[in-house]
Order: sequence, then C-alpha cells, then structure tokens
Amino acid sequence: MGNWALRAENLSKDFRLHLQGGVRIPVLADVSLTVEPGECVALAGPSGAGKSTLMRCLYGNYGAGAGRILIRHGDAVVDLATADPRLVRAIRRDTLGYVSQFLRVIPRIGAVDIVAEPLMARGVARDAATARARDLLLRLNLPERLHNLPPATFSGGEQQRINLARGFAADYPVLLLDEPTASLDAANRQVVIGLIEEAKARGAALIGIFHDTEVRDRIADRLFDVAPIQDAA
Amino acid sequence: MSTPLMEARGLQLRFGRVAALDDVAIDIHPGEVVAIVGESGSGKTTLLRVLSGLMRPDAGAVTYRGQDVLAMPEAARRRLMRTEWGFVHQNPRDGLRLGVTAGGNIGERLMAVGARHYGNIRAEATEWLKRVEIDPARMDDIPGKFSGGMQQRLQIARVLVTRPRLVFMDEPTGGLDVSVQARLLDLIRALVADLGLAVLIVTHDIAAARLLAHRILVMRQGQVVEEGLTDRVLDDPQHAYTQLLVSSVLAA
Ligand SMILES: Nc1ncnc2c1ncn2[C@@H]1O[C@H](COP(=O)(O)OP(=O)(O)OP(=O)(O)O)[C@@H](O)[C@H]1O
Ligand SMILES: Nc1ncnc2c1ncn2[C@@H]1O[C@H](COP(=O)(O)OP(=O)(O)OP(=O)(O)O)[C@@H](O)[C@H]1O
Ligand SMILES: [Mg+2]
Ligand SMILES: [Mg+2]
Repeated sequence: MGNWALRAENLSKDFRLHLQGGVRIPVLADVSLTVEPGECVALAGPSGAGKSTLMRCLYGNYGAGAGRILIRHGDAVVDLATADPRLVRAIRRDTLGYVSQFLRVIPRIGAVDIVAEPLMARGVARDAATARARDLLLRLNLPERLHNLPPATFSGGEQQRINLARGFAADYPVLLLDEPTASLDAANRQVVIGLIEEAKARGAALIGIFHDTEVRDRIADRLFDVAPIQDAA
Repeated sequence: MSTPLMEARGLQLRFGRVAALDDVAIDIHPGEVVAIVGESGSGKTTLLRVLSGLMRPDAGAVTYRGQDVLAMPEAARRRLMRTEWGFVHQNPRDGLRLGVTAGGNIGERLMAVGARHYGNIRAEATEWLKRVEIDPARMDDIPGKFSGGMQQRLQIARVLVTRPRLVFMDEPTGGLDVSVQARLLDLIRALVADLGLAVLIVTHDIAAARLLAHRILVMRQGQVVEEGLTDRVLDDPQHAYTQLLVSSVLAA
C-alpha cells in the first residue's frame, strides 16, 4: 500500500454555472497524485489551469466530481471526497491543514487567538496555545504590539503572516499551501522556507503552489503538472 | 461517530396550498452548529417550530435523544423546553417577560428547573448579565428600558442560564443595527464554543452562517435543496438557488 500520507485517485472537477445558462467548466480530469510523509510537492501549471481548484478539492472545500481523496487520518485511511461533514471537520482538526492565499478575518478576534485556535480546538490549554502562537508571530516578524489586535486593518503581508502562523501552529501531518510567500518580503520568505523545512523534517507531507521559483526550488522535492483541460466546448 | 441529538425524517406540513415543509430531513449532533438559510417563506421558521414541538407536522418523525418528540405528552415536551432546549426568538419581546426585571427574567428560568436559593439565583443572574455584556447594575431594570441589542442579549442569557443542550435560534440578529449585529454574533460565537451547545440557527446573513455554522442547509419552497459543510456549500454551491444566494452577497 506504500507509505503515503495523501493519495488522490482519478480526481475530476467541473463547475456548472446555473446563473450563466448552466454552462459547464471542466477544470480537473482524471488527476492522480500521491504524497509521502516528509515530501513537498509543488503544483505547477499556467494561470487558470486548476492548481487552486485541486488544492481546494484536497481540503474538501470544493466537492470532488469524481474520484477518491484518500488520507491517512490517525490509524485509518478515509476518503475525503465522500466523508460526512463531521468527519471532514475532524480531519481538518487533526490531520489536514490549509494555508489559503488570504486570511479570512474574524471580527473582533485578535491575531494571537486566530493563530492559537487550531491548537485549542485540539484541546491544548489556552496558555500553551497562546505561547506557541506568540512565538510563531514573533518568528514571522509580526511586532508584539499587533498581537492582540484584530487583523482586519492589517496590511496584506501582515495578514498573510498571521495566516501562515495559524497554518504552522498545529503540526498537521498533511499541509496544503496556496502561494504562502506571495505578499512577503525577502526576510519573511526565508522564515517561511525555514518553517516548511522543519515541517518536512518532522515528517509532514506538503503540497504547495509557489509562483516564486526561488522558493519553489529550495523546498519542493518534485513538481506536479496541472495541465489546462482542452476546450471541451 | 456520535449519534444525533435530534433527528427528523419525512416532515410534511401544508398550509392550504402552500407546502411549508415538503419531505424535510435533518439531524443535529451534540456540539454542532447548523445554519438554515433560504428565501422568505421557504419554511425555515416552520421547521424550527415543528422540531421544537411547537407545531405538529402532517407527517414525519422527530426524535430527540431517542425519544419520539411528536408522541410525547405535552408536559414532557414542556419540561424539555425548560431544561434541555432553548428557543431564541427574533423579537426579544417574544422570549422575555417584559413586566419582570432583567434579573427576574434570568432567575425565572432557573427557578423553573428547581433553583430556590435567592442568593444563588441572584449571583447566577449577575454572572450571566456579565457574560452577555450587560452591566449588572441594570439587574433591577425592566427590559423595556433596554436597547434592542441589550434585550436580545438578555434573552440569550435567559435561555442559556439553564445550560440547554440544544438551542433553536430564529434570526437572532434580525431586527438589529449592523454594528449591534456584529457584536451579538461575536457573543453567540463565543458562548456556543464555550458551552459546547448544539445550535440550529435560521439566518438571512450568509456571513453570519459562515462565521458560526459547521454545516448549512439551504431551503427553498419547503424543501432542503442543498446541505453540507459550511465552506463547501458557500464556496462550491451546486444547486441553482444556492448559487443565486451566494452570488448576491459580497465576499461572505
Ligand atoms: N468556485 C468556482 N466556481 C466556478 N469556477 C471556478 C471556481 N473556482 C475556480 N474556478 C475556475 O476554475 C479554473 C481554474 O482556476 P484555479 O483558481 O484553480 O486556477 P489556478 O491554476 O490556481 O490559477 P492561478 O495560477 O491564476 O491562481 C478557472 O477557470 C476558474 O475560473
Ligand atoms: N400559521 C400559518 N398559517 C398559514 N400559513 C403559514 C403559517 N405559518 C407559515 N405559513 C406559510 O408557510 C410558508 C413558510 O413560512 P415560514 O414562516 O416557515 O417561512 P420562513 O422561511 O421562516 O420565512 P422568513 O424568512 O420570511 O421568516 C409561508 O408561505 C407562510 O406564509
Ligand atoms: Mg491559484
Ligand atoms: Mg421565519
């Protein structure tokens, strides 16, 4: 069976736009991808090819049209494509992390609490979760005076660093990263490279989209091509 | 996986020619927050009323922790309403006793489940006023002197003081100013997480559903047309009506 952490088999995804006369947009057809613990796979392909769509399918954010998404969750292997919502939540809590391109701010919740939340959801005590959150925020050069403020008014780069801290706070066995360094300066890019290398060293399986080729070359073990589907119309 | 706290199957209810519920099924698990969204008149309030036993369906079954809710004697259902369930109405005036002080509104629910010690009841009422961000100095005011947002927070305190397992909320932020809504949503979010409540919340506010709910049901014309994990339904809606609903809000 191999030692993979995540394995997508024959994944397909179309969007049907009912408000545009029911037009069907095929994005993924028959995609199969396997990632092992300690490995980082970079999704490559032109803009609009479906890289983010694939990643969102792997997170269960988009439903898979066909195929399976097998993930090792605790001692079990489960198919995320058909798992019920409660199981998907459990997988996201314990096994599968996702750093989106943009932080979704929660009104009135401070940066530290946003970062600590995934740990607290696992039952880590508030003090320990908050301490870990502060460490990560400091490592990502977010000044201490911002830690307790809600990030709604923060800059794009500051928000993205909070998003990254949140994604790395809990040590997920599988981590998805959609352009994690896009709005960061060179110094913070180095910090993120360090975080990814540490995650690989502890055995995490990573799938990333990196437009920054320097970052990609540093951390990706291999590329996985996401090819645009030929016009089906 | 856990067994559902509440489970309903095949619910039907007609008002004349209108099918308010047309073969609706739903389940709610312990600690789960489920949002019901959908256009006006789609049957959302009717569903809450049927599930909580306030209204009888024409057909279908509702069970709560294995008990048949529809077959339950009225007294047993009322007891559940006092102890294990809570109902937060859109209009706080429907959920509060307007002639009774704020402290009395909270204390009354405690006394209904057997609390007798005046000092303890008052202490608990003080605690809950603080939790819902009402100055305990207002304890002896009647709710009519409160703003709409304060009345709604008081209603929430009255409902939650007895630690229900399952709370029904019908548009709890509906009649309030936008800024007051946001504050109330934060409060609900924090309380629900702290107390581990199961909540069935009807809302028009897609952003609120995204913030609060683990799972969403989309209703239209008495039917559940789509349901699932909140972010999946909102980001990858399948049904034409859900696509319309999601496209009509900005970046929810
Ligand atoms: N929720 C959605 N509904 C409809 N179409 C969508 C949705 N999400 C993505 N698409 C479509 O799927 C296609 C692939 O988009 P995707 O965002 O996956 O590309 P990408 O490879 O990540 O591109 P980029 O490099 O520009 O980020 C596009 O045609 C896009 O419009
Ligand atoms: N007691 C009643 N007598 C007659 N018709 C009723 C009654 N209650 C509800 N209805 C009808 O049943 C349908 C569903 O009503 P319901 O109140 O459940 O809608 P809703 O989804 O809560 O709408 P809204 O978002 O406007 O509150 C509507 O057509 C309504 O007019
Ligand atoms: Mg993309
Ligand atoms: Mg209603």
